[in-house]
Amino acid sequence: MLNYIYKRFLNFLLLVVLASTLGYFLAAIALNPRSNYEGRNPPLPASTVEKKLSDLNMNDKTPVVERYFTWVGGVVKGDLGTTLNEKSVNSEIGRRIWVSLRLLLIGSILGSVLGVVAGVVSAVRQYKPFDRYFSIASYVFLSAPVFLIALLLKFGAINLNDRLGFTLIYTVGEYSPEFQGAGLSSLLNRVQHLILPTLSIALGGIAFYSRYQRNAMLDVLSSDHLRTARAKGLTKRQALFKHGLRVAILPLTTFFAYSFGLLITGAAFTETIFGWNGMGQWFITAVQANDVNSTASVILFSSVLVLLSGFLADIITAALDPRVRLR
Amino acid sequence: MSDVVRLTRGQLVRRRFMRNRLAVFGLVTLTLMFILAFFGPFLSKHKWDELDFLNLLQPPSRNHWFGTTQIGGDVFALTMRGLQKSLIIGLLVALFSTGIAAMVGAFAGYLGGKIDKSMMWFVDLLLVLPSFLLIAIMSPLYRGKTWLVFVVLLAAFGWMITSRIVRGMAMSLRERDFIRAARYMGVPTRTIVFRHLIPNVASILIIAATLDVGGTILSETGLSYLGFGIQPPDVSLGSLIADGTNSALTYPWLFCFAGGALVLTVLSVSFIGDGLRDAFDPGAATGSNS
Repeated sequence: MLNYIYKRFLNFLLLVVLASTLGYFLAAIALNPRSNYEGRNPPLPASTVEKKLSDLNMNDKTPVVERYFTWVGGVVKGDLGTTLNEKSVNSEIGRRIWVSLRLLLIGSILGSVLGVVAGVVSAVRQYKPFDRYFSIASYVFLSAPVFLIALLLKFGAINLNDRLGFTLIYTVGEYSPEFQGAGLSSLLNRVQHLILPTLSIALGGIAFYSRYQRNAMLDVLSSDHLRTARAKGLTKRQALFKHGLRVAILPLTTFFAYSFGLLITGAAFTETIFGWNGMGQWFITAVQANDVNSTASVILFSSVLVLLSGFLADIITAALDPRVRLR
Repeated sequence: MSDVVRLTRGQLVRRRFMRNRLAVFGLVTLTLMFILAFFGPFLSKHKWDELDFLNLLQPPSRNHWFGTTQIGGDVFALTMRGLQKSLIIGLLVALFSTGIAAMVGAFAGYLGGKIDKSMMWFVDLLLVLPSFLLIAIMSPLYRGKTWLVFVVLLAAFGWMITSRIVRGMAMSLRERDFIRAARYMGVPTRTIVFRHLIPNVASILIIAATLDVGGTILSETGLSYLGFGIQPPDVSLGSLIADGTNSALTYPWLFCFAGGALVLTVLSVSFIGDGLRDAFDPGAATGSNS
């Protein structure tokens, strides 16, 4: 088991290095930081532009490989470089990372747990009204892009607040400026801000996991080992929970891991729409501003997150499934 | 003499598909969407790139069926134009990416060994980074160029999962007698892959291509929504929704027709895809809905 974990870890480490390398090269080649200094009035002297770009390690006159190694040299020491506005990337990440992680973690856990429950209920009550309506609803949510769901939720909340005459659900930002400290009221204020972005991410997840779990559960329900469990005298409920669910839930761990990539994409939309200063929103503004270092650091963040969750999924699978462990 | 009617596989699949109500609904809706997108503009007297300065921000009326935008664009014509773009991009990308997936998967699964390992490793690497992030980064490369570059990029980052499925099937097909026979007769690898392997995974490829259309439309509209996809003055459903967002509460027609067309299109594509899966492979529980 330890050997297995060790091997997987090395594999993931290598993938993180390669993925962030790929990300850096793409960003360094495609983005053009120089354009930020062009067309200014009065124009900046050429030597100033060169010096600024070189200081940021974004000068396109330096070979891209050399810029890459400068970047890697910093990353190894824990310094991710400077943004185009000459702020430290590290402090920017420190400010933003928890905003995104909170959104991603609550959203994905809510999505997967509710989705699995709904999927199991749908499978057990196949073709009953709950199953029918839930299937149709999940099809619709899977067909609607995240940004559309987020926008509709936002409009719905604005309408609701208008009807109520006070703000029940906030649609912009993470918290109101007057509630900055700790305490119950500022916690409540954060929750009021959290509802919509989390829901926009979770709804797609619920739809996705429920479809998947329903099918996996239907497979298990008609399997021999469940019939055996029933034949030896377990009630339907006991057989389902003791023998059915564990098997049906196993492949889901892998899905959970790889859905993080999609989640990060979703977070980019929801953070932009709801005005959260998270990693996803940063990515979009960084690409628009041709900020190579910031873009590369978001790529690094997302590859670490995806691979970390993949690594965890592998360990959980190995713990639950002896066939993997002993392979 | 017997009256047994013999059905070919194609007829069987078609019959199973036609019995699936949702799938038929999807097929009808998608066909209507295509007809609407490509013939609808001829019915309306307004063109998508014409501005009607006398009617700014008008609600839907007999003159402007879906209303007008802030600068007097006809929302009906714009929505049709966006729908055309999204449908064409969806189809093209699905075709390209399924083609890449079929080749990579079939060669990797058939050849096995080191080639297979390195190819799948590359697939894993591409799966680590969300394609949305990669395409967004590369968006400056096609800004101001033809949208076909955008299509190529979407296809280049959309084939990985299908190729893994194809690879799995190719690995088991490799050991089947007819492939072995071909190999022992000295048929070259390329011919085996294209003539014997890929036709035998055709059903999976058709299903994957169909579902890819929906997935592609979702990623295309998402990228266009943020300004990384189809560039103005041209429009896609995503950029239309983005333009309508700011004033959507007071002027809902700016937003709701494009959004509705988008959801309905993707929904019918996924109904068709799932219907095809059930029709090709009625035994499989995955994806069955009825």
